[in-house]
Amino acid sequence: MSTDPAGAPLLSVRGLHKSFGTNHVLRGVDLDVQPGSVTVLIGPSGSGKTTALRALNALEVPESGVVRVGEVTVDYAAHPDARRLARLRAQSGMVFQGHHLFPHMSVLRNVTAGPELVQKRPRAEVEAEARVLLAQVGLADKADQHPFELSGGQQQRVGIARALAIRPRLMLFDEPTSSLDPELVGEVLQVLKQLASEGWTMVVVTHEIRFAQQVADQVLFLDGGVVLESGPPGQVLAHPRHERTQQFLRRILDPL
Amino acid sequence: MPTGTGELVGDAVGPLLQGLVLGTIPLTAISFVLGVALALLLALMRLSGVRTLAVTARTYVSLVRGTPLLLQLFIIFYGLPSLGVTIDPFPSAVIAFTLNVGGYASEVIRAAILAVPRGQWEAASTVGMGYTTTLRRVVLPQATRVAVPPLSNTLISLVKNTSLASTILVTELLRKAQELAAPTFEFFTLYTVAAGYYWVVCLVLSFSQAALERRFDRYVAA
Repeated sequence: MSTDPAGAPLLSVRGLHKSFGTNHVLRGVDLDVQPGSVTVLIGPSGSGKTTALRALNALEVPESGVVRVGEVTVDYAAHPDARRLARLRAQSGMVFQGHHLFPHMSVLRNVTAGPELVQKRPRAEVEAEARVLLAQVGLADKADQHPFELSGGQQQRVGIARALAIRPRLMLFDEPTSSLDPELVGEVLQVLKQLASEGWTMVVVTHEIRFAQQVADQVLFLDGGVVLESGPPGQVLAHPRHERTQQFLRRILDPL
Repeated sequence: MPTGTGELVGDAVGPLLQGLVLGTIPLTAISFVLGVALALLLALMRLSGVRTLAVTARTYVSLVRGTPLLLQLFIIFYGLPSLGVTIDPFPSAVIAFTLNVGGYASEVIRAAILAVPRGQWEAASTVGMGYTTTLRRVVLPQATRVAVPPLSNTLISLVKNTSLASTILVTELLRKAQELAAPTFEFFTLYTVAAGYYWVVCLVLSFSQAALERRFDRYVAA
C-alpha cells in the first residue's frame, strides 16, 4: 500500500511552486508514490493537477520544489540544466490527453521511435518488443496503419504502448480519457487497470471517479494549487472530510 | 511575318534549350537548394529564443526583402570588385539568388515549424528525443507538408527571377535569346519562344507540387 511506512517511495515530491505570470498555479504540492501503486489526482479545472503531473517529468518547470524518481533527483530551485531534466524525464512514460502520436509514422514506428532513435537499441529487438506491447493494448493487427486510421480509443492505446516502450519506471497519465467519445472510454481504462494489475507504478490525472475507486491506492484532491486531501479512495472519495472535496465530487457524480 | 521566321525558330530551339538546361535550370536548382538550407538556419535562429541570433536573422530578412533583387545582384557582381573581391558571373548569380531565397523562404519555414503542434515536441521529449532528433524525425517531416505550397511559390518565382542574371553576363535562357535576336532583330519571335520555355518549366513544377502535396496528405485524415 502507498502508506506502507517501511518501503521507500519510488516517487517523492516536495514543495512544488509554479506560477504562470501572476497566476500561482502550484502552491506547495507534496506527494509520495510507493512502487507498484496507483495514485489518482482529482480536482476542479485550474486546481493545478495537470501542472503538477507535468512537473514530475519536467514538461513544466516549476520555480521551486524537489522531484525524485528512484535515484534521480531534480531540485527545481537550483535551475537544473536541460540534461538533468532529460534524465528525470527518461524515468517516466507519459500519456497525453490528446495522444500526440506522430502522424507521419506508422503505429509500429510510433512505438519504436524512442527505443530505436534515442536508446539506440537494435531495430529487430525493438520491433519485436513493440509488437508485444501493441498486443498488450489489443492492437497487434494495427502495427502497419497510421494514427489517422484509428479510433480515438485506439490512438490513446498506441500512446500507452509508445510510453511503455521506453521502459520507464513510472507511468504518467494526463486525463487519458477526457477527449474520448464516451463509448471509447472503457477500452482505455481497461488497459490502465491491466497495467495496474501488472504492478506498474502509475500517477493518473482523471475525472473517472469509478476508475479511481476500483484501481487507486491513494487519491489526492487538489484545489487552488495544494493537496487539500489525500488518502485511500475509500476515504477521500467515499467519506471526504473537506467541504471543497464533497462539493467537487457531488458536481462530478451528479452534474445536474 | 517576315519570311524565314519558321526557320529562325527552328534554328533557335537548340541554342535556347542550351541556355535553359545549362544556365537557367542549374542556376535555379543550386540557388534553391542552398537558399532553403540558409532559410532553415535563419528560421531556427529566429525560433531559438536566443536574442542575438533572433535579431541577426530578423535583420537579415529585413535587408533581403527590403532591397531589389536586381540591386543585390549588382552589388555582388559590380560592387564587390571595388572592394577587391571579384567573382565570376555564374557564382555571383548563385550567391545573390541563394541569399535572396534564404530571406524569403526563412519566413515560410518558420511559419511551417510553428504550425506543428507543441504537443509533438512534448511527446518527442517524453520518449527521450533531444532538439535535433525531434526536429529531424518529428517536426520537419510535418512542417514540410505545410511548407510545400509556399516553397513552390518561391521556387517558381526563382525560375523567372534567374532571368535577371542576364544583366551580369550569365548565359541563361534570356541572355541566349538576346544574343540570338540581336543580329537578326527577331526580338518578338525569340523572346516568345524563351517565354514558352519558362512557362513549360513552371508548369512542370506546378504538377510536381500537386504530386508532392498528395504524397504528404496520405497520413492526414480527410
